[in-house]
Formats: sequence, structure tokens, C-alpha cells
Amino acid sequence: MTVESRRLDGNAAAGRLADVFAFDATVARTRCGGCGTTAPLGAHHVYADAPGMVVRCLVCEAVVLRIVRTPGHTWLDMSGTAALDIPDGDPS
Amino acid sequence: MSSRDGGMTFLSRGFVGRRDARRDAGRLPPGQYDVGDGFPVLSAGPTPRTAPEDWDFTVTGEVDGPVRLTWQEFQELPREDVTVDIHCVTKWSKFGTTWSGVALDTLLGLVDTSAEHLLAYCDGGYTTNLALEDVADGRAWVVDRFDGRPLEPEHGGPARLLVPELYFWKSAKWVRGLYLSGTEEPGFWETLGYHLRGDPWLEQRYAGD
Ligand SMILES: [Zn+2]
Repeated sequence: MTVESRRLDGNAAAGRLADVFAFDATVARTRCGGCGTTAPLGAHHVYADAPGMVVRCLVCEAVVLRIVRTPGHTWLDMSGTAALDIPDGDPS
Repeated sequence: MSSRDGGMTFLSRGFVGRRDARRDAGRLPPGQYDVGDGFPVLSAGPTPRTAPEDWDFTVTGEVDGPVRLTWQEFQELPREDVTVDIHCVTKWSKFGTTWSGVALDTLLGLVDTSAEHLLAYCDGGYTTNLALEDVADGRAWVVDRFDGRPLEPEHGGPARLLVPELYFWKSAKWVRGLYLSGTEEPGFWETLGYHLRGDPWLEQRYAGD
């Protein structure tokens, strides 16, 4: 089986993404793509009065994440996040 | 006599008030409101504070002979005073703002180029894209004075772009240079759901508007 024939379209990831993002994002730990600092998202700096929301590294102020809501859309840029560590939710 | 004067004054004041309101309504692009004397500061990051001796302005990219200006060299370029209305995509508009700076025509005239687009780049990493035809012929400036005073860092000082015919996110704060290109490369907000051009009169707020 070739890689191409096993390749799925983006819809196949929808369920998984919904699982992944069903967490309290503020406790997920991100590694800054700029300086490598690892910290919970909630500890980063958020600039929310701009046309969108910009989350910046608490150490180097590099952009870690950007979110924009437009009519009918949510735009998410995580190109500044080198890794995201999401703790399992409390099962109770 | 005094009562007639009083009546005249009252009528005259009311008439002028209504006329101003109508004229201002005509100045307001669709979906905007008049913020009056306020001047909101919207920040996507910390405020850079670049000293004049550390500041320069470059025109690079697809040009014959890139240009770098020091603060002093920038100050020696021909200067223009402009009074314009500005319109933020977050829906506030501000009428009759006064600025002083150097026309982009002057800065672009320093290089030879056949590029049709530019990406303005700034301290702090912000960028915004502009079509050259939207900034030519006296429609854009790099300004370093607002309201007769040096531009404050919170409002983009030492120098910012001023492109009043487009939404104010195009008037990039802390601008440090222009990168000219034959292709349109979206900037900071244009890559994340905002319109590539951003004409407030056409209400081009978001991608697809
Ligand atoms: Zn960092």
C-alpha cells in the first residue's frame, strides 16, 4: 500500500481534532517556537484588543498563537508553537 | 432686540448642528461609528521603543539598488502635512486627524522598480501588504508627527505608515521599511482572516468580503 493510497482527506482528522481541542487550553503546555520556553498557555501574554487575539511567549514575546473570529469562521495560527502538551482531563 | 438676537443664535446654532451631523454621516464608511476626540490604541504586542540613532528605514526587494535611510536622512526629505479621516476595522472612525511626514511617492522614488506590491515591515515583527497603486499619488505617508507633536510610541512612534483610504491596520505602527515584490504576500492580519486590501468604503473587512 503506497503512502498516497493511504492518505486521507482533512475530514478524517475532524473527530480527532475535536477530541484534542476539548480541553482547557489554558493548562496545555506549549513550547515557544522562538526561544523554546515551555509554559502553560495560560501563563503566556495575551493581546486581545487588536483585530484578533495574539498570544505571545512570556519570555521572548514571540507570537505563540493567534486567533481571529470572522463572521462564520475561526482562524487559528499555531505556527509559533513548537509543541503542545495537553494533560488528560480529570476523569471524575 | 436681545430676544431676536437670541432667537437668531438659537436657530443658527441648530441649523449648523444639523448640517454638521449630516456631513459627518457622509464621512462615515458603512458599519463605522465616530469615536470623537478619543484615539483608541490597539496592540498586537508590546510597544517597541526604538531610539532615533538606532532607527533606519529601508526600501528593498525587487528594486534596482536598495535604499537605507538614517533618521537624520529621513528628516531631510521633503515633508508634507496631511489632515485625514481614519477608519479602524474594529469599527471606530476618527475625523480630521493631522499628521506630518514623508509621502510614499518620495520614498518609492528613491528606487527603480517594476514591482506592483509591497510588504511593510515593522519593529515587533508586524507586517502588512499594500498594492503600489493604493499608496501612489499622495495617498500614503510615513509619518513621525501627530497633532503637531512627535508621534508617541503607543501610536506607532517614532514613525508609522499612514494609509487613510484603507482600514487603519494597514497604517502599520513602528514601520521600518518596505519590501517591494511582483507578488502579493499577505501580512500579519491578512494571513488570518482579514481582507487583502481593506477598503472601508467597500467594507472589505474580512477575507472574501
Ligand atoms: Zn519564547
